[in-house]
Amino acid sequence: MEAVEAKHKSQKQDQFEGVDFYQIDDLLSEEHKLVRGAIRDFVKKEISPSIEQWAQDAHFPYEIVRKFGEVGAFGPQIPETYGGGGLDYISYGLIMQEIERGDSGMRSTASVQGSLVMYPIYKFGSEEQRNKFLPKLASGEMLGCFGLTEPDHGSNPSGMTTHFKDMGDHYLLNGAKMWISNSPKADIAVVWAKNEAGRIHGLIVERGMEGFSTPETHNKWSLRASCTGELVFDNVKVPKENLLPNKSGLGAPLMCLDSARFGIAWGAIGAAMDCYDSARRYAMERIQFDKPIASFQLIQKKLAEMLTEITKAQLLAWKLGKMMNEGKATTSHISLAKRNNVAMALEIAREARQIHGGMGITGEYPIMRHMMNLESVITYEGTHDIHLLILGNEITGIPAFK
Amino acid sequence: MKILVCITHVPDTTSKIQFTDNNTKFDKTGVQFIIGPYDDYALARAVELRDQTGGELTVLNVGEAETEPTLRKALAIGADKAIRVNAFPKDAYFVALQIAHYAKEGAYDLILMGRESIDFNGGMVHGMVGELLGMPSISPVMKLDIEGQSAKMAREIEGGKEYIEVDLPFIAGCQEPIAEWKIPNMRGIMSARTKPLDVVETISDETFSQVNAFQLPPAKGAVQLIDKDNVEELVRLLKNEAKIL
Repeated sequence: MEAVEAKHKSQKQDQFEGVDFYQIDDLLSEEHKLVRGAIRDFVKKEISPSIEQWAQDAHFPYEIVRKFGEVGAFGPQIPETYGGGGLDYISYGLIMQEIERGDSGMRSTASVQGSLVMYPIYKFGSEEQRNKFLPKLASGEMLGCFGLTEPDHGSNPSGMTTHFKDMGDHYLLNGAKMWISNSPKADIAVVWAKNEAGRIHGLIVERGMEGFSTPETHNKWSLRASCTGELVFDNVKVPKENLLPNKSGLGAPLMCLDSARFGIAWGAIGAAMDCYDSARRYAMERIQFDKPIASFQLIQKKLAEMLTEITKAQLLAWKLGKMMNEGKATTSHISLAKRNNVAMALEIAREARQIHGGMGITGEYPIMRHMMNLESVITYEGTHDIHLLILGNEITGIPAFK
Repeated sequence: MKILVCITHVPDTTSKIQFTDNNTKFDKTGVQFIIGPYDDYALARAVELRDQTGGELTVLNVGEAETEPTLRKALAIGADKAIRVNAFPKDAYFVALQIAHYAKEGAYDLILMGRESIDFNGGMVHGMVGELLGMPSISPVMKLDIEGQSAKMAREIEGGKEYIEVDLPFIAGCQEPIAEWKIPNMRGIMSARTKPLDVVETISDETFSQVNAFQLPPAKGAVQLIDKDNVEELVRLLKNEAKIL
């Protein structure tokens, strides 16, 4: 076991330092800083030493689930009575930022569990469902996934064909979901499906139910350290008590996505900061023409623009966090931040790759891994373009996606 | 069992150290403060011992209001309550006097701290507290187990280890690998909100020393590499340039 671990562990020390050019830390409470510091230490201890190897091997380290549970990365915004952290949205954002600083795939595992599985069970579930699932999901004893996207319905979830029939003493579920993070290892799935009247409802489908399978999606170039798969329902008998009773319609899954997208708006800053931090160090150390490449104007321009964009994204995320805490944030507010911050991170990853030269191509540096991860992040949870249309609808009152 | 862990509030190990006011004051601008790394080991072991034996774990810091986030972190890691002795820690004796007073008042069975702080690195406070309380004080302790009313420990000595058994109560200056540093979890951070943090006043202002000025160590010189076959050149440089032969 030790030999296996040793093989996975990088000898390189994670020297990451946060980026705070505008003294945004002054806007955070001592508790926020404590949360951020704890998760940063956790990432340096549990993720950084092995992440490059996991990504190279397309290996999802299942043991991280229990470790996330221990540190409290699952559902930090869910009340303590159900095993959550009882923290505010800025703390939740900072947790996502620090985990994604380590890896977007790792952050996806935590986002899905907290925002897409625990959140709907907490928000729309019965007291029995909350007590049955939330503490186990919070501790990492159980892993969950969220089934909304289908092979033929991505940006248009309302067109879903997965459906269930009332059979008297149970529901009969049929259909398939695709691009589902965590699915191959998940113990439960929160699945969105239409009833006979065409109304969307959430159902908790448990591993082991007959006709339910979760084939893995192989050969991803992105989020390689997290597992992705399908959910296939072939006449699955779902007990009636597994239907989420307190909300139906597309608005219910979209509320979950709001919470997850908020976390992504913060998470992307983490990935961007890691790329910037690595590029800055590399530029200071790499000598060409007898001087560090950091002394060249074109490198300085890249670094200066990275710092500017990270600072803007931090302020956006902080203000959005305040609005989330006050219950004032709308879907459009969240779309703006998710879209801006992920595109910002991807751009920084690409520029950082250039600063690293050929080294940026290798697994010696985190850059290309972040860049490839962010290609998923810019597409999932509402594509870059769909978020633009959400804003367009907000501005004009005319939905362009219908 | 009642355990007291004394922690320092010190600049992070990667901080840039600068001085102001004619080199008489440490410049805190942009400096992150942490629990002293050796104190952090002591705290980690204390949390484990408290969990094993039951009882209560108190953390204490001699410092001004700005050290409270550091105490709050110790509460998040697992301490049950915190005491802040409201004063700038002027010197080791001053700090030892405060600790000895509050330790006596609390009648602790075990008083742990780091082998030394990492700001002034004096490594004197545990010894002084032992003297003031008339208790054994042992340092640097790298292994500590409690069995009933006595403790078994391993202490680092020149070229080896010394195994000691001592009756409670006593004081220990700790170092790795006594325990692994603990990362506070989110539930710990939440519960730290409501744990008591008492601010108390100093018992005496007496000091043994005062700081006149600080000086940074000289900048590191460039490294010169000498071919392994060129021993004469090495000897010549050690003689003529380094002047150590």
